[in-house]
Amino acid sequence: MVDPRLLKMLKDAALTALVAAALGIFIVGFRTVDVGSRAGLSFQYEFVDLAVALVIIFFGRLGLQMAAMGLRWPAIALGIVMIAAGASPMQLPSGFLHWFVALGGVLLVIRAVWPWADQAIHAAARTPTGRIVNTIGTQWLGWVLLGIAIVMPFTPFADQKTMDLGVLILTYVMLGWGLNIVVGLAGLLDLGYVAFYAVGAYAYALLSTQHGLGFWAVLPLAGMFSASFGILLGFPVLRLRGDYLAIVTLGFGEIIRLVLLNWVDFTNGPAGIGTIPGPTLFGAVFAETAPEGKQTVSEMLGIPFHGIHRLIFLYYIILLLALITNLFTQRMRRLPVGRAWEALREDETACKALGINPTNTKLTAFAVGAMFAGFAGSFFAAKQRFISPESFTFIESAIILAIVVLGGMGSQIGVVLAAVLLIGLPEWFRELGNYRMLAFGLAMVLIMVFRPRGLIGHREPSIRLHPVGSGGSG
Amino acid sequence: MNAVTPLIEVEHLTMRFGGLVAIDDVSFSGRPREITAIIGPNGAGKTTVFNCITGFYKPTVGRLTLRGDRDYLLERMLGHEIGQRARVARTFQNIRLFPAMTVLENLLVAQHNKLMLASGYSVFGLLGLPVYRVAEEAAIALARAWLERIGLLADADRPAGELPYGAQRRLEIARAMCTEPRLLCLDEPAAGLNPRESAELNQLLVSIRDRDGIGVLLIEHDMSVVMNISNHVVVLDYGRKIAEGPPAEVQRDPAVIRAYLGTDEEAIGD
Repeated sequence: MVDPRLLKMLKDAALTALVAAALGIFIVGFRTVDVGSRAGLSFQYEFVDLAVALVIIFFGRLGLQMAAMGLRWPAIALGIVMIAAGASPMQLPSGFLHWFVALGGVLLVIRAVWPWADQAIHAAARTPTGRIVNTIGTQWLGWVLLGIAIVMPFTPFADQKTMDLGVLILTYVMLGWGLNIVVGLAGLLDLGYVAFYAVGAYAYALLSTQHGLGFWAVLPLAGMFSASFGILLGFPVLRLRGDYLAIVTLGFGEIIRLVLLNWVDFTNGPAGIGTIPGPTLFGAVFAETAPEGKQTVSEMLGIPFHGIHRLIFLYYIILLLALITNLFTQRMRRLPVGRAWEALREDETACKALGINPTNTKLTAFAVGAMFAGFAGSFFAAKQRFISPESFTFIESAIILAIVVLGGMGSQIGVVLAAVLLIGLPEWFRELGNYRMLAFGLAMVLIMVFRPRGLIGHREPSIRLHPVGSGGSG
Repeated sequence: MNAVTPLIEVEHLTMRFGGLVAIDDVSFSGRPREITAIIGPNGAGKTTVFNCITGFYKPTVGRLTLRGDRDYLLERMLGHEIGQRARVARTFQNIRLFPAMTVLENLLVAQHNKLMLASGYSVFGLLGLPVYRVAEEAAIALARAWLERIGLLADADRPAGELPYGAQRRLEIARAMCTEPRLLCLDEPAAGLNPRESAELNQLLVSIRDRDGIGVLLIEHDMSVVMNISNHVVVLDYGRKIAEGPPAEVQRDPAVIRAYLGTDEEAIGD
């Protein structure tokens, strides 16, 4: 007799594969190729890819079902077979399929082992040593990450690619920390955050290319511009709550982008602004040969020129800016304003009853968040040396918001971890081409499944009456 | 008794929602150092009166005067100004704490305006100037004093949402008191409390009246609370005031008995 559970599992796996086939036949099965000017487009059939994918989906689903029913060893075995198949020299039509097969196997093994790991982690956390490790982990994680970030450029890994990625991640960390003030602390769902980023970027681009102002002079100005835009937008819309606010901010973000796109006289429209000067170090520029009347950094320091110096400099600028954002936020949280932000997130009606002006409090959160986006924006312009409205689309706002939400609303470390996962992971898989967005989606799904309240869901009080561990709090 | 100037004067208060008349020409007053209870059957308009006094509703007709350092016309003020300037604090029928914030933080948020001024609208605070330090310490001292009074000192660093129900009720009152109000409006503070907690609440309210010397407006269904501690009772029914006076007198009022119980006169006596 066949085990009825097995039959049920097989049926379920077959059904899943069928759904995947229906969805995949058009997405994966056909590809249009350009066969020259006369013939136009023709189909290229990729049914082998589809078939491999379906087999993987069938066995993957079967393994997941087994793991869910407690049949761990068969699930692990199936996962290992899949990893082996992915890593084997077997001829599959594309390299991506190898990755896909192996990744499916890895996920399956993780899923099968998870209950044990979960139990073990929980059991370990309850032992006295586990508790100590836990507190050290939560208290020192930030410092450890900071240490890694500071020494990173001097490690052997610090090649062009890694430094570029570091700058990119730190930019998103900074944006995440800025948006965290608005969304995480004040609880205002802002879907147009990238608008303030754009204002900062264009402020620097225009002031530097047309008025010859330097990066360090424009940086505070850009922050102020963005903050005033924040107040300007905030005034009429902040009486809205929740979904309504989200829609209006979404619209505002698009309006800014469309203005940048269409006001050609001012912003040069879709062609963008190029030849934006980079940031200087005490007046010295980062270039092989200095423009007239200037000095290059390598001349000033008496070291041979190397392209990576500029990147390292940019890396430290954005690290510094991000740290300023973080310190400022940490400080604000302990001030009456910061507490009022959080109180507003918790209950606006109660705030009003306590005599707190909700509009002003929201405006400060909006303006402060916008200011940091402005700083980050002018850094972005100085780094890229070319900006166009295309860099400020809605997807950017969505990614920053995803970093904040998945990091755990209001958590500073959570933002860092989420930025590394959501920005670093897809960049790491850049060789996979378009499929790298799968890595983005995968990171998101994994966080949502395993940490539904965000990576760091714990809220640290802004003030304590009793020292930690003296009883009172459990 | 009548020589004392009232703290809050409600004159000809009327509130209409479209065609529905929630409050119809209600006038009463509350004195300082007294507990004025507003009672009435469900839907009588008690909470609507509170919402008018605390600025959540704009009354259709009527004048609401709070006598403090000057006379505040509450119906002309914005919601948050009533708490900030006129210093009217309130609690809610369904508790409205800041659940994710700790007990202490809840009490500090209540002192927002004072602290905001001391922190130079955050500038002094960001710079870490001693002006703000001193003010914050004073605010913590006030919060600590209230935590001792409501017996929650040991729970100061717990999230407010984790507290048991009765403790949340007490905390909400303490939070309102931390705004250092002239008038405290309590919307059914005894709802859902067991008899022991209810007795503790009575003591707390009496001490607020006698020690802190402020006026209290109290909406309550629990007659043991109303009859034991209130100095003055206003009875509403269908948006109208049907009786007013000392508790013992109101208790015997035939109109009140009719409103509550139909015609049975004995049940309300004990």
